[in-house]
Amino acid sequence: MPTIVKEGEIVDSDFRVIWEEDAAINENNALLPLSTYIDNAESLKGRNDIGVWLDSHEEVETLEPFLDQLPIVALNFPQFHDGRSLSNATILRHHYAFAGEVRAIGDVRRDLVNQMYRCGFNAFEPAEDQTPEDIVSGLKGFTYNYQASIDRPVPLFRLRE
Amino acid sequence: MYIYDEYDQAMVDERVEQFRDQTNRFLAGELSEEEFRHLRLRNGLYIQRLAPMFRIAIPYGLLSSTQLRKLAHIARYYDKGYGHFTTRQNIQFNWPKVEEVPDILAELASVQMHAIQTSGNCIRNVSSDQYAGAIIDEIDDPRPWAELIRQWSTFHPEFNWLPRKFKIAVTGAHEDRAAVQVHDIGVRLVEKDGEIGFEMLAGGGLGRTPAIGAVIREFLPKKHLLTYLAAMMRVYNRYGRRDNKFKARIKILVRAMTPEVYAQKVEAEWEQMKDEPETLTDAEIQRAKSFFTQPPYEELEDDVPELTEPMEKDFAFKSWMSRNVVAHKQPGYAIVNLALKETGVPPGDVTDEQMDIVADLADRYSFSEVRVTHEQNLTLADVRKTDLYTLWKELSQSGLASPNLGLLTDIICCPGGDFCSLANAKSIPVAEAIQRRFDNLDYLHDLGDLDINISGCMNACGHHHVGNIGILGVDKKGEEWYQVSIGGASNQNAALAQILGPSFARDEIPNVVEKIVDLYVAKREEGEHFLDTFSRLGIQPFKDAVYA
Repeated sequence: MPTIVKEGEIVDSDFRVIWEEDAAINENNALLPLSTYIDNAESLKGRNDIGVWLDSHEEVETLEPFLDQLPIVALNFPQFHDGRSLSNATILRHHYAFAGEVRAIGDVRRDLVNQMYRCGFNAFEPAEDQTPEDIVSGLKGFTYNYQASIDRPVPLFRLRE
Repeated sequence: MYIYDEYDQAMVDERVEQFRDQTNRFLAGELSEEEFRHLRLRNGLYIQRLAPMFRIAIPYGLLSSTQLRKLAHIARYYDKGYGHFTTRQNIQFNWPKVEEVPDILAELASVQMHAIQTSGNCIRNVSSDQYAGAIIDEIDDPRPWAELIRQWSTFHPEFNWLPRKFKIAVTGAHEDRAAVQVHDIGVRLVEKDGEIGFEMLAGGGLGRTPAIGAVIREFLPKKHLLTYLAAMMRVYNRYGRRDNKFKARIKILVRAMTPEVYAQKVEAEWEQMKDEPETLTDAEIQRAKSFFTQPPYEELEDDVPELTEPMEKDFAFKSWMSRNVVAHKQPGYAIVNLALKETGVPPGDVTDEQMDIVADLADRYSFSEVRVTHEQNLTLADVRKTDLYTLWKELSQSGLASPNLGLLTDIICCPGGDFCSLANAKSIPVAEAIQRRFDNLDYLHDLGDLDINISGCMNACGHHHVGNIGILGVDKKGEEWYQVSIGGASNQNAALAQILGPSFARDEIPNVVEKIVDLYVAKREEGEHFLDTFSRLGIQPFKDAVYA
């Protein structure tokens, strides 16, 4: 059971990432690879204990038919400096108004998590060498931001008026 | 110029403290080398061959005299007494200590400056036209738009970890001095049916695979600038290549996808965001414009008879007037360029003393403002014509009156192998050797506009692809060689230079340039610019002349 940071709190999560694509799907509380999830989407209907994870090169648009049955979407950061999952999270929250958990997995590090939060992630599974406390201390961002983002949809210039 | 309010100030102040904490954690061994590298790059700090290199943002090249004095202070106190203006209107220092960089950032924040996103794979400092607001041929002042882009791109959470660095340039004039066609995104102010808007370009760039940007949208109403940029960035962030850093720039994506498909994807993405709160309001556009109003010009005669006599008796002044002084839109005023291309001084380098002097001159002659140009020169944009002779005399005393603006010796040049760990070859000594060979001012003036651009490696910081004559340092079995190309241009008629042939040893370069120039002089027709002669003759006669 991984310890994650969710909504700013350190909690134990029931959901764990299944990294292997050929894993069995009969486990509970699993975050399945995208291809595994799609191959089995029909039989997973109605299961609220199964989520999915996408690698950074995968497109969140492929989840569109399944979003209403997914409690969690996890997005991978194979390396912290791969920013594609930031766009995937933004699209998930913004274009599809996905209201479930969006979890950052992979190389999730203190100095990056505030940007992830601003793009719509609300849960963070720390990288191996990071503690949940590191993540909590990294979540706090600057007092103001110029641009619109998922956490602050109104840009600063509209507050200046 | 733009003045920070409490929001802008809070952001740069918090950024300083954030980087101080990151530096402390790195020095304490709590942050890995690799992680700190990415974080420090986003604060302008490189660690390389001889020493760190620290790059400070000068948004769209605009500086107040107070800010320039702060840069002089930083040069004096934290560095070795000089700085280097770059081809993207920034300034670099070469000798700061890593542990002192947070203090330098705090000094910068005290004068509303920063080093945010001056390196790293993120949206870099936005660049623009150094003559903005002062030049006659302007459709609209690009600076308010550049400032809006600066704010929007600063700490953008989605676009801070792009496949590769990302450079945006904005121009508002008919003549393009911002090289928008060779930027990742070029924003050109255009007028359609009486309405001002933007032509949006993408996929231009230099480096290994030079490319001219493609028009992605011919006319974008101005209120949509930021949402459209977000759509352009998102498509690149998702689909730009990340497996090979040499194929990661947006130019490769736009070419692979074709500009048409890239544009379709951008438009589809934009449909999702268009008209959302980030759509610019009239109030915000007015607020941005309010910082770039006209300075309090005096009502002056445009004709200044008192310049006639010094022009007649002082050839150096006359040369300077004809090369470095540009017509202003306001009667009785002139735009004055300070060419930082004194022979024997690396192009773009200025000492702390010179910075202080320019700051004083800006206070006395140009409403306390200075601009940095992408040709690595400085501009005083609003000088009374009656002050020109006095100003020239003062500049002459400080080595700032080189009358070679736009001439062959006004060389654009990267720091090269003397300073940069990426370089294959030195570039500064090549520039100096050329300047020494062409030391006859009469001859240079007769040649007229002729750009030489020198880069020490494929990364093309000296923009050699768009030089009329471009020189590129290459590595051949551990030795420094130079490839020469001709016919490039970075203005509105942007063109990529063609390679002449096999490369040369360093000491051959002045001869090669001389042969190219001699052929031009022999073959040019009345009033023909180098590029005209080149396009009329083609490359073969130049090859024959050089390799004969």
